[in-house]
This record gives sequence, C-alpha cells and structure tokens, in this order.
Amino acid sequence: MLQVVLFNLTNGLIVGAFYVLMALGLSLIINLSNVVNFAHGNFLAIGGYFAYTLTPYVGFWGALVISPILTALMGVAIEQLMIKHVYMRNHIYSLLLTFGLGFILQDTCRYLWGPSPLPLGIPDSLSSPITPDLFFITWYRVFMVAVVVVAVSGLFAFLKYTRVGIRIRAGTLDLDTVAALGVNVAGLRSMNFAVGSYLAGLAGVLAAGQVGLNPNMGDELIMPSFIAIIVGGVGSLTGTLLGGLLIGVAAAVTTVFWPSASEAVIYVIMALVLLLRPRGLLGEEGMLS
Amino acid sequence: MTTSLFARYRTTAVVWILLLTAPFWLTMLGGYTALAGRVVVFALAAMSFNMLLGFTGIMSFGHAAFFGLGAYGCGLFLKYVMASTLLAILAGVLLGGILGTLFGLLLVRRRGVYFAMVTIAFGQVCFYVAYKWDDFTGGYDGLRGFARAPIWLGSWKLDLAGNANAFYYFVLALFAIATALQAFILRSPFGRSLLAIRENERRARFLGIPVERHIWLSFSISCYFTALAGALYALLNNFTDPLSLNYIMSGNIVMITVMGGMRAFWGPLAGAVLFVMLQDYISSMTVNWMFFVGLAFVLVVLFFPRGLMGILQKRSGA
Repeated sequence: MLQVVLFNLTNGLIVGAFYVLMALGLSLIINLSNVVNFAHGNFLAIGGYFAYTLTPYVGFWGALVISPILTALMGVAIEQLMIKHVYMRNHIYSLLLTFGLGFILQDTCRYLWGPSPLPLGIPDSLSSPITPDLFFITWYRVFMVAVVVVAVSGLFAFLKYTRVGIRIRAGTLDLDTVAALGVNVAGLRSMNFAVGSYLAGLAGVLAAGQVGLNPNMGDELIMPSFIAIIVGGVGSLTGTLLGGLLIGVAAAVTTVFWPSASEAVIYVIMALVLLLRPRGLLGEEGMLS
Repeated sequence: MTTSLFARYRTTAVVWILLLTAPFWLTMLGGYTALAGRVVVFALAAMSFNMLLGFTGIMSFGHAAFFGLGAYGCGLFLKYVMASTLLAILAGVLLGGILGTLFGLLLVRRRGVYFAMVTIAFGQVCFYVAYKWDDFTGGYDGLRGFARAPIWLGSWKLDLAGNANAFYYFVLALFAIATALQAFILRSPFGRSLLAIRENERRARFLGIPVERHIWLSFSISCYFTALAGALYALLNNFTDPLSLNYIMSGNIVMITVMGGMRAFWGPLAGAVLFVMLQDYISSMTVNWMFFVGLAFVLVVLFFPRGLMGILQKRSGA
C-alpha cells in the first residue's frame, strides 16, 4: 500500500511539474497579451518532434537544449504572422485564431512525422531505477523534476532581475503606462511569447522522453493547464505554479482510491475554487474580467 | 430602414425555400438527406450558441457540454425509460438546459477569456463523466441500443424510424419553432438589452439593465436550445458518444458560428452548410482535413471576422 501511495505521489508530482511548465508558458502570454493560446499543446508536441528529429545528430542532451529554442523561434514566427494582428481586437478572436492554429499544427505534425506514436530515445544512464525497491522512480523522472525546478527558478529570476522581465511584469499590471514610458510593447510581447513557447518546447522534450510522441499529445495537457491557471488565479505566476502542483498531486492521490475519478477531480477542485474564491488562490480581482 | 427590413425578409424567405426543398435538390447534387439533417442540427446548435456570442457578446467555449447533455439525455431516456421520441427530446432539453442554468450561476461574474476557460472546463467534466461511466453511458464506445420511435397522432403515424424524409421534416419543424422563438426573444426588449450589454456593458449597467441576470438568462436560454440540437443529433445518428461533449465539439460550434457570421441571425446556418460540406468533401479526399478546416477558419478570423454573411451583406450594402 505504501508503495502504491508513493508511486502515485511521485507520479502526481511529475505530472504536476508538466502542468506547471505548460501552464506557466500559457499564463505568461495570457497576462501580458490577453491571448489564451489554444495551440500551446501543439507547441509542446512540436518541441517533442523537433527533439525526435535532432536526437540522431546531436544526441538527447543536444536536443534538450536546441529544440526548445527552435520551438521559441517558431512561436515568434507564428506570433508575427498571425497572432499579433488580433492583439488590438476583442480577445475572443485570439482564442478563435489559436484554436484554428491548433488544428493546422496538429495535422502538420501528423503529415510530417506520421500518425503513429514514436519513441524518443533517452540516455541509458537515465532509464535505470534509482534503487531496486523504488523501481518506479527512474533517474529520468528525477531528472525531469530537476529540469522543471531549474526552468521555473530561471523564469522567476528572469522576471525579477532582468530588464525585460521587469517590463513584462509591469506590462501585466498596466500595459498602457509601460507603453507611455517608451517601451516597445510589440517587441516585449514577442519576447514574452518566445519565453512561453520555449517552456512548451521544453515540456515537450521531457514528455516525449517519458511517454513518447503522438500528434495529439498536447491535447491531454492543455485542459489541466487551463485548470491550473484558473485554480491558481489568472494574473499570478506563483498561483499558476501552485495550481499546477495541486491538481497534479490531487489527481494522483485520487487514482489510489477511485481511479475512474482521477480526471474529474481536477475539475471538481476548479469548481470549488470558483465557488469559494472566484479569483483563484492567488489571483488578482479584475484580471481578464 | 425599409430596405433593410425587406432584405431581412428576403434572406429568411430564401433560407426557408432552400431548407424545405433540400431533400429534392440535395439528392440531385449527389448528397443524401441525412446530410441536410446534420446541417440543420449543427445550424440550430450554432444559432443557439450565437444568441450568446453574437447577440450578448459573451464567449462560451463549452457549449458542447449542453449539446452532448441533450444528446445523452435523449438517448438514455429512449434506452432506459420509454420509447417516446417527443418525451426523449424533452428529457434531453431539460437535462442540458437545467444543468446549464445552474452552471450559469457560477459564471455570470466572469468575462471574456476567463468565461471561455471556465466553460471549457465544465464541458470537460461532462466529457469525463460520460467517458468513464461505462455501465450507464457506454463509455468510450458511446451510447448505443436506442432508436427513434415513430410518433402517433391519433391513428396517423409519423414514421421517423424508416422514412428519412419524414425525419428530416420533423427536425426542420423543430428547427422552425426554435428559431422563431429565438428571433422573438432577440427582438423583444430583453433581446435589445442583450445587444446593449454586448455594445457597452458599463453603459448598460448605468441604464439600469441588470447585467448579471440578463447574461445568466441569455446563457440559460442558449443552453436549452443547444440541448435541443443535441437531442436531435442523437436521434439523427441513433447513437451518441463522449466526443459530442468534448471541447473539440465546442470548438466546432464556435467555428460554424464565426465562419458563417456571428452578427447575422442566419449566419450560423451558412457556417453549418460550409462546415458540413468541408468536413464531408475534404475528409473524403485527404486524411488531413483538419489542416484545411483550420486554415479556412484562421483566414476567416484574420480577414473576414464577420464571416460569410458579413461578406454577403457588405456586397449587397455597397
């Protein structure tokens, strides 16, 4: 029993870490640009597929570095080509646009890499369990959590200490004033979009190493990411972090006792949050409403 | 003003002539009557959704929930309770409508993207319930084992089960009643105040319009009609599955509405024609039909945000 609980708890933390990576990227873009990127899950898939194509040439480690950067570049290209044209319009258009974009990207993956699942090879040193007793905790899982911790800390340091990061935070609160102070808001939004896409790409590489690749792999992660944002509170990245971990662990613990409710429980949490504290755990009143 | 009134009736007349004669010209063009049924059902779902999006200015991305609840309500009633088509439709409408009304209470204070995200999440809850509750809903494989029953009016039998045309006209009759009600609601003072909320919520509030209550009512009404469309969809296929509740279905309803034109009453009908055609023809030619549907949708959003009807109206107006 203890092993079962431990197994599900570690699972929950890992799944939660994924939600966090996805949701932080989404959250960044929502906060600054008011765009809910429906195609974010497809960015994740593409990050994974880039890694699949790159691994034979640069190895897993090289792919882990390069493919999130490629995903970020692709994100900026898409932002410049399509998404920036709807910034000035009612924000429902961005939702519509990225929904259509998700269709396009998913079928592009299916066309380029085929519809059947593909494995992403990981180094042997990562695929062994840490101890025979805890056979379900491979070094890869430890490694994933470590990467997520580094990435999240890096993101928060970036937002706190760099000039661009400070401007992004300021823009979240009051974009008009930031623009009036002479900041290039269009550039800032692109930069921000790049960071968000980078996180999606990184999550994609990590996920591909764990569960393999398929064209609609992002679909399962996009909804929990939305929930993580709603539970944590729109406008607060710390809230998103908390929300992602909370729903990941809650879903995993539910699996122990009532497996068929494991997907539904995160929605129940969301409903409770909306009933008792509509702005989310750490959200600010009035964001996006 | 008189010309626009004339134009409105002209559109309505053209729409009804085409719909009423669909079984005749569709088979001549190589289609089949069930295709027309699908267009009408999707059009009803999208027009109901458009009361909210186009006429109240509120974006729900979870309308598949109410569509699917209508379908499941109807199917489950036929399977477990009794073989009465009309009562089954009523059961579907009530299931989707009442849950929508209750859920609406949770969301009236949310706006914009937040509203959309919360409605998506509600849709996914319904999706997972239908997906996991194998014994009752059939789970992933969908709900089977029910069929539309003939309706007896005295001794006269309306053969919904065997006669495709009879079923099409039955659906069309319900569509007519529903859209007439929608038009009536949208033209009433209540409907006008919804437009006021869409155009400027703050000003509407200053004028004393109870904005929250109106949005809630608009959402609820929209849910009842969408559930009706869902119930008819279940009858159309004699089948329903969890995908009818999924957010992709919500997205389809949104795409139909936006491609057709969300500011025009008949816009979603035009969108439904386009969508069903695209899906039917492109999926017969290539497996990558999602690419083309997505591309068409992206182009509409970027360049023709008023959709097909917007293009037509601009032409006739200029």
